[in-house]
Amino acid sequence: MRGFQRPVAIVASASFETPAEPARNEVEMLLPVIQKAMGEAGLTQQDVGFTVSGSSDYLQGFPFAFVGALDAVGAWPPIRESHLEMDGAFALAEAIAVLQHDNIDTALVYAFARPSRGELDRTLALQLDPYTVAPLNPDARGLAGLQAQAMRDSGRYADVPDVPPTYVADGATAVVLAVGDRARELTATPAWITGIDHRIEAPALGVRDLTTSVSAKRAAEHAGAAGADAAWLHTPYPHQELLLREALGLGDRPVHCAAGPMMVGGLERFAAAARAVAAGEVTKALAHATSGPCLQQNVVGVLEGGK
Amino acid sequence: MTETTDAALGPVTIVETPISLDFSYTPGVAASRFLRSLQQGKLVGQRCPKCQKVYMPPRGACSMCGVATDEEVELSGKGTVTTFCVTRIPSPGLEAPYVSAWILLDGADITSMFLIQEVDPADVRLGMRVEPVWVDDSDRKSDLGNIKYYRPIDEPDAEYDTYKAYV
Repeated sequence: MRGFQRPVAIVASASFETPAEPARNEVEMLLPVIQKAMGEAGLTQQDVGFTVSGSSDYLQGFPFAFVGALDAVGAWPPIRESHLEMDGAFALAEAIAVLQHDNIDTALVYAFARPSRGELDRTLALQLDPYTVAPLNPDARGLAGLQAQAMRDSGRYADVPDVPPTYVADGATAVVLAVGDRARELTATPAWITGIDHRIEAPALGVRDLTTSVSAKRAAEHAGAAGADAAWLHTPYPHQELLLREALGLGDRPVHCAAGPMMVGGLERFAAAARAVAAGEVTKALAHATSGPCLQQNVVGVLEGGK
Repeated sequence: MTETTDAALGPVTIVETPISLDFSYTPGVAASRFLRSLQQGKLVGQRCPKCQKVYMPPRGACSMCGVATDEEVELSGKGTVTTFCVTRIPSPGLEAPYVSAWILLDGADITSMFLIQEVDPADVRLGMRVEPVWVDDSDRKSDLGNIKYYRPIDEPDAEYDTYKAYV
């Protein structure tokens, strides 16, 4: 999607990350992050037209944590709200689509997770095919290892790094979006999302070419990412930087890679790109996020400064 | 060697895939304080700084206002039956008939569910005043099992207007 009838900008964001949050629950961890982002935008919940989140209850092992998280929002009187069992960046894509409605001008997007409460590698096995793959319990790091080895075997990549233990962190990110003049009211430095697209590949790892990312490439094309000055890439494992650099044709342009907390790291890449655009450090930024094993699902956004 | 055809075997209708995940759940700051206070035989809620509602158990946030709740409020434990149900089939550990009720604790703004005993189920009614029966001090743990059940107290029924928002 690009060429929006109603241009959308990131006007505020806030993030929190820690290796393991020992004391606070999801709501207690999320609440100050949402309040910081909302405070930066000068909004209250009742000013927000649409609220959408990304999280997975499996990560903290607490059923309906995604519903409980609404305690951190203040959903009374009732609000328009949605949730994705995906990284918060995909929730941001949904918010942009909803903001094309002419009666909704602002949106709150948030993501949170406490995977330190469980065994992330094993939890992620449950997102695989439930009949033929998940019962084998392949851990996430092992699957990433298959991808790294496939990259080595392809001969197209020099120095593919070893796959470290799966990155585990707890955290939350909140992003406030606004449309057109409303965005200009709320901040002097809106980061306009001029394009965004998400694509998904087959769930069966055996039918995919793990040495590249057709979905990321196609999402970038549809988002209009060509010519970006710099990229913020969501890389749960380090070898994926090489893969994405090639698939997205980034050459030797600067890239800022991070894994971040599961479900949060991708939205945080968008927030980080927006901060760089707002600060005038880049004029056109590519922001990327991924969900699923071995970069199965990818969303690419383009952020630009200016009035 | 004879081959058995798919048609003869029929479709696979069940696949068993036993999977277990272990979590070390932590209840959070507010709930931990509540559970610790239970161990001391006290019921401690939290007040929303914005709408002044008192949550019991406390959740650390006001779900209506979306703000943190810090102020702690100790409750007497006494309350008023706002809704109840008589169950006439037994449950594990419970002989039928038994009464479960939503009880509005004095000083709280949300109801909590407890069993009601020491009374004929036919006599349980809306507005009935009740108090908790705690386990022996030596048996107290940091969980709600410390309150065995609620029982009626010798007080006039509460006026309907005082609890009608919770019926």
